[in-house]
Amino acid sequence: MKKKSKSIFQGGLGQLTIPVIAIALLVLFNLIRDPSFFSIGITHNNDGNAVLAGNLISIVNSASELAVLAMGMTLVTAACGGQDISVGAAAAIAGSTFVKVLKSGGSISGLTVLAAFLMACVVAMLFGTFNGTLVAVFKIQPMIATLILYTCGRSIAYWINGGATPTVSSPILTGIGSFIPGIPIPTPVIIVVVVAVIFRLVFHFTSLELFTQSVGINGSAARLNGINVTGIKLLSFIILGLCVAVAGCIGVCRLGLINHETLLLDVEMDTILAVAIGGNSLGGGKFRISGSIIGAYVIQMLTITLYAMKVSSTDVKAYKAIVIIILVVIGSPVVKSRFEKMMRQRQERKVPVTAKGAK
Amino acid sequence: MKKLGALLLAGTLMMSFVLGGCGSSSAPASSDSGAKESKATEAPASGAIKVGVVNNPPSESGYREANVKDMESVFSADNGYELKTFYSLKNDEQLQAAQGFITEGVDYLLISAAETTGWDDVLKSAEEAGVKVYLFDRMIDVDESLYEAAVVSDMSAEGKLAVDWLLAQNLPEYNVIHIQGAMGSDAQIGRTGALDEQFASGKMTKVVQQTATWDEAEAKKIVESVINSGEKFNVIYAENDGMAKGAVAALDEAGITHGVDGDVVVMGFDCNKWALRELLAGKWNYDGQCSPFQAQVISDLIKGNKTASEKKIINEEKGFDAKTITQEDIDTYGLGE
Amino acid sequence: MAMQESNLLEMRHINKFFPGVKALSNVDFTLRKGEIHALMGENGAGKSTLIKVLTGVYQSDGGEITVDGKNVAIRSPQDAQNNGISTVYQEITLCPNLTVAENMFIGRERGPFVRQKDYKKRAAELLGELGIPARGTQQLGDCSLAVQQMVAIARAVDMKCRVLVLDEPTSSLDDKEVNVLFNLMRDLKSRGVGIIFVTHFLEQVYAVCDRITVLRNGELVGEYLTEELPQVKLVAKMIGKDLEELKSLGEVEEKKSDIKEIFYEAKDLSSSEARPFDFNIHKGEVNGFTGLLGSGRSESVRAVFGADKVTGGQVQVNGKNVRITKPIDAMKNGIGYLAEDRKRDGIIADLSVRENIILAAQVMKGFFRPISRSEAEAFADEYIKVLNIKTASRETPVGSLSGGNQQKVILARWLLTHPNYLILDEPTRGIDVGTKLEIQKLVLKLAEDGVAVTFISSEIEEMLRTCSRLIVMRDRNIVGELTGADLNEAQIMKTIAGGEAANEKEV
Repeated sequence: MKKKSKSIFQGGLGQLTIPVIAIALLVLFNLIRDPSFFSIGITHNNDGNAVLAGNLISIVNSASELAVLAMGMTLVTAACGGQDISVGAAAAIAGSTFVKVLKSGGSISGLTVLAAFLMACVVAMLFGTFNGTLVAVFKIQPMIATLILYTCGRSIAYWINGGATPTVSSPILTGIGSFIPGIPIPTPVIIVVVVAVIFRLVFHFTSLELFTQSVGINGSAARLNGINVTGIKLLSFIILGLCVAVAGCIGVCRLGLINHETLLLDVEMDTILAVAIGGNSLGGGKFRISGSIIGAYVIQMLTITLYAMKVSSTDVKAYKAIVIIILVVIGSPVVKSRFEKMMRQRQERKVPVTAKGAK
Repeated sequence: MKKLGALLLAGTLMMSFVLGGCGSSSAPASSDSGAKESKATEAPASGAIKVGVVNNPPSESGYREANVKDMESVFSADNGYELKTFYSLKNDEQLQAAQGFITEGVDYLLISAAETTGWDDVLKSAEEAGVKVYLFDRMIDVDESLYEAAVVSDMSAEGKLAVDWLLAQNLPEYNVIHIQGAMGSDAQIGRTGALDEQFASGKMTKVVQQTATWDEAEAKKIVESVINSGEKFNVIYAENDGMAKGAVAALDEAGITHGVDGDVVVMGFDCNKWALRELLAGKWNYDGQCSPFQAQVISDLIKGNKTASEKKIINEEKGFDAKTITQEDIDTYGLGE
Repeated sequence: MAMQESNLLEMRHINKFFPGVKALSNVDFTLRKGEIHALMGENGAGKSTLIKVLTGVYQSDGGEITVDGKNVAIRSPQDAQNNGISTVYQEITLCPNLTVAENMFIGRERGPFVRQKDYKKRAAELLGELGIPARGTQQLGDCSLAVQQMVAIARAVDMKCRVLVLDEPTSSLDDKEVNVLFNLMRDLKSRGVGIIFVTHFLEQVYAVCDRITVLRNGELVGEYLTEELPQVKLVAKMIGKDLEELKSLGEVEEKKSDIKEIFYEAKDLSSSEARPFDFNIHKGEVNGFTGLLGSGRSESVRAVFGADKVTGGQVQVNGKNVRITKPIDAMKNGIGYLAEDRKRDGIIADLSVRENIILAAQVMKGFFRPISRSEAEAFADEYIKVLNIKTASRETPVGSLSGGNQQKVILARWLLTHPNYLILDEPTRGIDVGTKLEIQKLVLKLAEDGVAVTFISSEIEEMLRTCSRLIVMRDRNIVGELTGADLNEAQIMKTIAGGEAANEKEV
């Protein structure tokens, strides 16, 4: 009895308790509100492919950029104990670079798309290095350091393409941003899975997870154990840069255009929220990437639910704020410890014999 | 917050522009300054008409970019003008620059102000110096006597033009998804007004009315959520081209046809070239424009080719129908590339 | 029970549970008026938990507390204070950037207006009364640690406290400062204040305490009058073992200092914190750095490990020239370093025991060659067993372990790297007697196996017991090196005092 509850509240879900409860509540709420909310159907899109459709698909699909960014942000948060608020602006730069390269060639082939993506990655990683250097080498608070790029990033994006909203169109891009013929699952969703798997593999084949957590929890001790603290922090920003490039390119491919002003607008706050809802401490240290991914889906499910309820999108932000306050409060140490205590007391009342027997 | 940041940055950038600009124009300015009173009122000896343009920076929007290009091409040396320009989002910087132009002795001062207030003194000093003032794009809160004419857009006329077009399609019913721009912006208010009237009168049914704050991806989500709910709709009225594109992406994924021969009528605004090409291809139905082209009107007034019947001249708004649009229209009126 | 009427504080049948652990089980504690009462026990025995229950940081899961015979409920530190119970913690919890007077009155303003003048006057009175060598207008951060500690006590006293809890107040003080503190304690005692004194220093208990209560494994062992409980018996009660083990260590004491080859040698080594010094150590040798706090002993070994910015010197390891400028260089040359400040430089509190143990080994193995989970678990289990680390499981966050067990985890971390030379800076500070003995034994065992060990401790007798060579430091310079017959307390004192200082020139 005692063991079982322990495994649920400490071992089993642990950090993931809050995001999982949040998802469960949202699902429950929607089921009561409108049981058909989660129905998934197969339709034929305008290219004639059979594809999955429904709110659930919309949620998972539209959360893709957020999920990718949240993964990278988790790492930065863990290592540096602060957040990068320039991801939206950096994504606009990466997306603009992507479009710039695509438009510089003649026709768009798979190779040019790959080249454009790699270029976007390089550029985003360079900006990541810039942020990372300010944070890791010059020891500037992450929020302050990234405020610079946050402020000027979209202007840089503007310069890359000389303004307006350049468009690119190609079946390849549609394949990336929407559906690949023959595959009924939205490509961005597949990309999220791929990125998550890559993270998993990186954690498996390197010591990134252990080192990042050590640096985040106790930088001084990490240094004295031979860890290159500056390097780990820098690396976290570079990895976030890669995530930014992926997110930016997905965003561009979805619509075949880059609007430097609106691409992934305000995404930085949602990203940070996803990390927080995922049960990760914003002060750094221990983290779980999976929590942040779920966090991203929580945020998106909330948005889509509100849209489905025809809540005016100007009000959506307010409702979001309310739900988030509730989640964050539930996840706070105070409530958690109260709850744990309550559970313990209940058990002790139930099995007083064991307690005495143990003695 | 983001806007603030952009403003700050733009501000500093513009400062550097100004400094650069001053450097290049300081030599003529110093030679002019002594004789400016007599010179300004008479026709310039060199023959070139000196025009100072105070505008918002082209990075503000596609509209502004086209507007700035239009000014630069019409008031060119080929057309007999000597053009000085200043771009800023900040009113006080604009005021300083305008005063600077007056001191430099321009013949005409063209202003699209960042804010509607604070311009009295500058315009009065222009009057004293004999500099004639034209307002374009945006009105200013000053006495009419202080400027020659104002060539401005009427956003509500633009919306009305679009809604009238929609009514003229004689659809059996109008179930409209209305995707709004950033709430409170001039463009949003103008483009929403006419449609709201139709909703109120019951001629059209509002399926959903949501703001996507000019964000393409958000527009896609809004349309997706309507599709998922299974509600009927046959018109998408998006308040700019980007959001219309987002909406169309949602339609494409759901296998809903759109455009000239499609089930859903797609309407956008701004007339970006790429959007007009969608029209030409028959994928969209209508694109409206708040015309950024005011330079020719002003040039005609300056050169006396036209006279202003009223102080306030409403610029002609454009609306394109997919059935009638031509490649020439795209080349002439399309914004961007 | 006969002295009921003068009982100031009674805690009866106190229970406290933590997930998976019973931290206190049916513990009684009695404090009388005008008494200094030591609360003793190994780390993890429940001392801190009992204190925290008393001061409202934790809430007990059963039991009752009476103050002056009246039942009280203590649910928060505020409650404790209202009942006249004040606490001064080991770490100073005041604000170093405020003045002494401000620190004494901060958070106690009645109404929004701070009456600076009143405070200054009251502070001056109180400081004088208690004989604390500080002025009210002085910045607290400018005072010595001892004075800061005393200011904290003065603050407590002024809050009309009747029960004063001193939690390890002496661990960062030198002998003189300790004496001043003791005088203050005796003074308070004569005013009828009951003082609960938690410390690891046995001599201090005997110097100042009237009674001793011993806890072990969350249970009460007993309450004793100090004069009736000899030191050895106290230790035995704390560790719950006979004296056999204590004696057995005494027998290992015969250290062989047969000189083997030199493992590490530094010439003119200096860092941003340490002045140039020469130093070497042989394989299988245990040496020590001694000197007062701030004499530069920690800074010197940090320079050896590359923990601070190395500014000069030549270093040879195994006869080969090497460059050690950062910790990883030292680690690659087989050097391990257990830092002085366990919390700040040692443990990664939120990570599990397993992760903490493998950390240094993982760093040495390389970023791209992670130790597999099963391997890591095997290592962790092995060292938990070898070092007898008391932890609920290998996945328990190390921060929730007691100080001594945390130290063992860090020791395990370095042992796992199989160092040729291990530097231990204050490995026994703030940990219980039993663990201290275990660590001393371990050091000797390592040396037997050929590992060079540098052992630093504030307790000279501990160093005498383990080291075959002592390097004595004063004012950041090496002032002597003692071996063989010179290894005794008197000689060390003499060297520190500078009677025969070797290189005085720089002072």
